[in-house]
Amino acid sequence: MLLLEQILNGLQLGVMLFLMAAGLTLVFGIMQVINLAHGSFYMIGAYTAATVTMHGGSFLLGLAVALPVTAVLGMLVELIILRRLYERNHLDQVLATFGLIFFFNELTRIIWGRQPLFMDVPSFVGGTVEILPGVDYPLYRLAIIGVGILVALFLYLLFSRTRLGMQIRAGAVNRRMIGALGVNIKLLYTLVFGLGTLLAGLAGVMAGPILAVEAGMGESILILTFVVIVIGGIGSVRGALAGALLVGLVDTLGRAFLPDLFRLVISTAAADRFGAAVASMAVYIFMAVILALKPRGLFPANG
Amino acid sequence: MALLFLLPPVATRLGGDYLVSLAGRILIYGLAAAGLDLIVGYGGMVSLGHAAFVGIGAYAVGIFSYAAAESTTVLSWPLTIPGTENALFTLPLAMGLAALFGLVTGIICLRTRGMYFIMITLAFAQMLFYFFVSLEIFGGSDGIVLINRNRLPGIDQESDTTLYYVCLVILLLFLFLGGRVVRSRFGRVIIAGRENEIRAQALGFAIHRYRLVCYVIAAATAGLSGGLLANHTGYVSPDLMHWSRSGEILVMVLLGGMGTLVGPVIGAAALLLMEEFLAMFTEHWMVILGPVLLAVVLFGNQGLYGLWKGITEKDERGDTDDT
Repeated sequence: MLLLEQILNGLQLGVMLFLMAAGLTLVFGIMQVINLAHGSFYMIGAYTAATVTMHGGSFLLGLAVALPVTAVLGMLVELIILRRLYERNHLDQVLATFGLIFFFNELTRIIWGRQPLFMDVPSFVGGTVEILPGVDYPLYRLAIIGVGILVALFLYLLFSRTRLGMQIRAGAVNRRMIGALGVNIKLLYTLVFGLGTLLAGLAGVMAGPILAVEAGMGESILILTFVVIVIGGIGSVRGALAGALLVGLVDTLGRAFLPDLFRLVISTAAADRFGAAVASMAVYIFMAVILALKPRGLFPANG
Repeated sequence: MALLFLLPPVATRLGGDYLVSLAGRILIYGLAAAGLDLIVGYGGMVSLGHAAFVGIGAYAVGIFSYAAAESTTVLSWPLTIPGTENALFTLPLAMGLAALFGLVTGIICLRTRGMYFIMITLAFAQMLFYFFVSLEIFGGSDGIVLINRNRLPGIDQESDTTLYYVCLVILLLFLFLGGRVVRSRFGRVIIAGRENEIRAQALGFAIHRYRLVCYVIAAATAGLSGGLLANHTGYVSPDLMHWSRSGEILVMVLLGGMGTLVGPVIGAAALLLMEEFLAMFTEHWMVILGPVLLAVVLFGNQGLYGLWKGITEKDERGDTDDT
């Protein structure tokens, strides 16, 4: 029925947001850098995959190419630009990464033009699946949710079972200390950033068949990603997961059902208009409420 | 200073109405940027949501002007509010509504610091953006077209030159008042809060309240500039509130020199002129602007105003000090 469908849609959005937020929250927490250009890597992932798929014919090939490309590009950006921003104040970081957004967006327009690219849903996960008798749901979206679960599992294992993960967690709590303890900070930072951009690229690739691949696509999801991180707590991947699922659900369910709820109270015409408008604000109001109760988010990394 | 007053006649002779219009736009954005400087430069709080206030001011003017021109009402329920094109009403209204939004969001945002603050201000601005996009009564993503400019008694408002002078007077007024504010006790408390918040609080100042007032003032100023912008362009759309606009205003503050009030106005001029100039060469001017911005952030420091002061002060000092 409709509710189940919308819940699944919400989870799917949540998964995308989790991929974006997990890396970004680590960058915020460990490197203390505001990176507005994170959305650009989402876009680059989508564009690379779309181009490779169009010419190579296989979605998996596109995925296999896009992920390393975004990761390497991310690490390059970290080496060349972000390093210089770590000690700077937030305003400088905001503006520098802002400049990066301009650059990447326009570069994309130069290379690929202004027309959006389209990716087809890969055939091996195409079609619908009957999850409940009489309820069909797109297999691709279920696959996205599946990927999200796998990534969450992978990150969990990375953080709790590996040395690198331990260093990352320690860095999120107190980065000066791990430097004093002899960890190669510079390498750690580069790897963390690369991991973040890889996840962003993955989100972009998966979003390709569902949304249009165009310049500036990173910005719209970036805003929601910020909301997720603020709700979940900076530096906390657990918070990113919780925040992402919550935001995904609130946004999707809000848009689906708020206009109907309004219709119970006011006239249909007004309900449709205001319902849609309020639904678009639902996530932000939710964020404001959470912040009123917990100003540092649900699971702050060092608190 | 005299230069600014003489600008329109000179400009019209050189480039026609276009230059005067551009100059007016610079003044308007300069006003918004100077207001933002209060928060960013003096207060030390990086806000990425300033464009929201500009948008509110613009929409206030837009909605009322549209209603007046179409002879409909702005609101019919619960009470009837007619439209108006009287600038003496719409501009203060723009300021007031923006200030109100600033108050409400400020109370929430100012509970946070640093990165959280940046992201929340950003989020609220986008919230407003999406809200206006989905509000079909006010044009949705197409926006509102203004038929006439607001009337100021005794002035021909359709001329770009008159609008320029109006904006100039308002901007100068703001710079004067703003200068008084930052040099007052209030201003010093705000600066103290930026330098060392804990110490300021230990000294007995309720920093939070001072910051809220500062935030609301900046919001009102931005609302005013939004109202002027609506008159200037004759068109209002949610794009005014998009966070990239907030970023642009922030760029102007940094480019021109933050914490100076005058600097951001210079920054506005620099950015807008650069955009126009680059646009003459390529439609992909953003590819160049991005790295330029990066370079300025990484290598520049005090902004253009600081550079200017550095040059003029060196002249007065003569040679560099050796004592």
